Amino acid sequence: MDRRTFGKLALATGGLTLWGRAALAADWTAILAEAKGQTVYWHAWGGDTKINDFIAWTGAQALEQHGVTLEHVKLASTSDAVARVIAERDAGQTTGGAVDLIWINGDNFAAMKNDGLLFGPFAEALPNWAQVDVLGKPSVLNDFTLPTEGYESPWAMARLVFEYDTARLPTPPRTLSDLAIFAGAVPGRFTYPQPPDYLGMTFLKQALYGLLADPSVLQSPAEGAAYDTAAAQLWDFLDALHPSLWRGGAAFPDSEPAMAQLLADGEIDISFAFNPGRASAEIAAGTLPDNVRTFVFDQGTIGNASFLAIPFNAAHQAGAQVIANLILDARVQARAQDPALLGFQTVLNVAALPDDQKALFANLALGAATLTPEQMGPSLLEPHASWVTRLGADWTERYGVAQ
Amino acid sequence: MRLGLPASARIGPNATALPSDRPAGRRVTLSRRALPHLLVCLMALPIAAGLWGTISLALSHPSGRTAAFADLMAWRGLPRSIALSVIPGFVATAASVWLTLALLALYSGSPAFALMRRMLSPLLAVPHAAAALGLAFMIAPSGWIARALSPWATGWTAPPDVMTLNDPWGIALILGLIAKELPFLLLMSLAFWPQLDAPRRLTLMASLGHGRAMAFVAAILPPLYARLRLPVFAVLAYAMTSVEMGRILGPSLPPTLSVQITIWLMDPSLTARPIGAAGALLHLALVLGALGIWLGLERLGGQFLRGVAATGRRGTALDAPLGALCLGLTGLILGLTFAGLASLLLWSVAGLWPFTAALPETYSVAVWSQAGRDLVQSTGVTAALGLIVALAATALALVLIQSPHTLALIYVPLILPQLAFLPGLSAGFLAIGLSDTLAAVALMQLIFVLPYAVLSLAPPYRALDPRFAQTAAALGASPARIFWTLRLPLLTAPLLTTLAVSFAVSIAQYLPTLLAGGGRIETLTTEAVALASGGNRRLVGAYGFLQLLLPALAFAAAIALPRLMFRHRAAMKGL
Repeated sequence: MDRRTFGKLALATGGLTLWGRAALAADWTAILAEAKGQTVYWHAWGGDTKINDFIAWTGAQALEQHGVTLEHVKLASTSDAVARVIAERDAGQTTGGAVDLIWINGDNFAAMKNDGLLFGPFAEALPNWAQVDVLGKPSVLNDFTLPTEGYESPWAMARLVFEYDTARLPTPPRTLSDLAIFAGAVPGRFTYPQPPDYLGMTFLKQALYGLLADPSVLQSPAEGAAYDTAAAQLWDFLDALHPSLWRGGAAFPDSEPAMAQLLADGEIDISFAFNPGRASAEIAAGTLPDNVRTFVFDQGTIGNASFLAIPFNAAHQAGAQVIANLILDARVQARAQDPALLGFQTVLNVAALPDDQKALFANLALGAATLTPEQMGPSLLEPHASWVTRLGADWTERYGVAQ
Repeated sequence: MRLGLPASARIGPNATALPSDRPAGRRVTLSRRALPHLLVCLMALPIAAGLWGTISLALSHPSGRTAAFADLMAWRGLPRSIALSVIPGFVATAASVWLTLALLALYSGSPAFALMRRMLSPLLAVPHAAAALGLAFMIAPSGWIARALSPWATGWTAPPDVMTLNDPWGIALILGLIAKELPFLLLMSLAFWPQLDAPRRLTLMASLGHGRAMAFVAAILPPLYARLRLPVFAVLAYAMTSVEMGRILGPSLPPTLSVQITIWLMDPSLTARPIGAAGALLHLALVLGALGIWLGLERLGGQFLRGVAATGRRGTALDAPLGALCLGLTGLILGLTFAGLASLLLWSVAGLWPFTAALPETYSVAVWSQAGRDLVQSTGVTAALGLIVALAATALALVLIQSPHTLALIYVPLILPQLAFLPGLSAGFLAIGLSDTLAAVALMQLIFVLPYAVLSLAPPYRALDPRFAQTAAALGASPARIFWTLRLPLLTAPLLTTLAVSFAVSIAQYLPTLLAGGGRIETLTTEAVALASGGNRRLVGAYGFLQLLLPALAFAAAIALPRLMFRHRAAMKGL
């Protein structure tokens, strides 16, 4: 039965909504058929064995359930994949591209979407999309305030959480100003990754949430007086904070892993990560002392989603969609959330899942250092992507050249 | 008897300048002259495409053609950043050259030297990121030395907040660069050594009462340095271009220019990448300028040393202090590097290893079980690719150096940051439909390997004593026969070194392999670099070892084979 006959049938039975769903289902059957036997090249950062193992496991599921082979192309940086897609576009290669699927978010997504380098919209047509928690987790639809419009599909929720060693720091600071007081009282025991590193930028944005009387300006583009006022408050705060940072603010770790290593080495007392389950997973792996715990600010911390996008010229777009859908499967999401394995929070609306799937999540241990959803507090929205661009440039201008 | 005559020191039975001291290769037939030029043109095409890609990216700033350059010049960190690329590059190169020469002068033939030679091959093959991270873990305030001494000797229960790493003067960076450059220059010198007639020259100088350092300066240095010049240039260019070393060991406020260029180029915004490309072009100009300055310094140094040699002083008192200094420095740097590498291997099996613990508290093989799988999976492809590329590069280099002037263009891939150079290059590859295959990756790697092959083969080839060929020709041998039965066997040691260097450079390629292979071709390095990108010591320890394995075997073979093949030919063995 082709799409048109199906449509007539649906109309005849009188339900337009039903027609829409049925058409999607028919399309999906076609996509599944096309995907069978394809090899999907997923370009994703390869710097974490826990993530690599999860991707390998997902690949095994894809092969077993859908006959799709998943190859993880391990990258040192997402921009390596973007560079390849740009090179293909420049060479006029509009089909048969090498990159089928990219782990992406934020400014990489904004750049690729604006350049017309993405395939779509596809995300909201995925069968498992219905289970995504679009109301409870609005950042699955807005990537740094840029509407995703179906050009990328979420696969994990990230939240900024602070990590600390209870052996050295019994009670952690729960507000930005308490953090500044702690840093001043015990100089050299706190730092943040050097902007424009994305986690360093996240710290700046989190600081703005603590400093601004009205943080809603962050949802608009960073322009005019609003930006100038906000930035001035941030620089005042940082001017006071930097002298009491690690190395007196004369050096910064260059990335999230580098800062995590500083915590493990005992060089700093408070670190932070964009994965609430990271500390638990590291403790489970025996690489972080088991007295490490996590905390968030009382006002909440910044949360966002990690996405999958398909380049406009991907050779295996059907297979890529099958993977994007599979990764939204409750079983796969529950595995990602298992703190002993990865600790990535699910994008699904667990409460609305069938009972057997709900149980998959209910049965997960929380992990030694992971906060409960109640302790996690509110999730703050990512500011507009232009804040990252401007704050990053101005930070570098202001602090990037030590005198 | 007049003494201390430099380059053309009249030594030995033939009272002429040693023929190996002047360029040879005049006698090439027309057909043999056309081929190198054709090949150079062929190689020039992809390089021009890459260069063009960089230039057009630099001109693509949304607010105007020259806006990227204006933004670059307006960046406050630029002067510091340039200084941080140029000064540590010069200091590290000068120190490496000095140490190489001093070690050769004072210790060649001694047991200490034999020991160092044996330590060379693994060190050469160590990936830069691993060498840098290992060194970083030695000297960091929370590093191995501090752990071993804490708290019993230092009283530290937490690491002190002092800047031994990423220091604003670039001292840690210079140490790291020397650790990688010294072995390369020593290996190159060893490959050239048999052509220098060194034992006889040194014996003669010694019999005249010269100290070892003085004898070396007067009798060995001129012909040796003539051959070493190109590798020294490569080392200087590399020291200024290296990103990993700068990122891990160098300062960050601001970082070295090459690190900053990488940051710009990795930024997805439309304005940052053009600035990065403009920075890459500036960097190219800087490297060329630095090479020019080096040439000038070289000339001054040469004049000074000729003056010293002409005084006829024996300089016997120099040997002891110079020897102590160079042995001490080399020992310190090699010691730190080896201990650093050992620490990374220990990290690769470490579970928990907190500060003040001199050894890990728990152990785990998790990293190695993954690494083992990758080793089994990717070694075949990696080694095959490396062999194909090394053989092709060496063969191509042999053809190219037939022409007296090798086009400078082939060195461009060595100097331009890969991130700026590669997009244009891969667009070129894609445009001709050549991508995602082993052949595409091999060709792409060849572009980056060939300059090293030419660098290591050209000097010994051009310095080959032309009297061998003349004699053979006088006896009626054809040019082909002379080439196959005379030149090539005489060049065994440099040829093997060239193969090993090419193999190692091929294995080290990450971005070219990834972009040309589209992720289809997985090598040990694409795995290792991706895994190491997080700076995780456990992963870098295990994967650095995997990356080191194949090149170390190649270097060991390059050093051992001539000694084995020519065990009855004293002058062919190398050192």
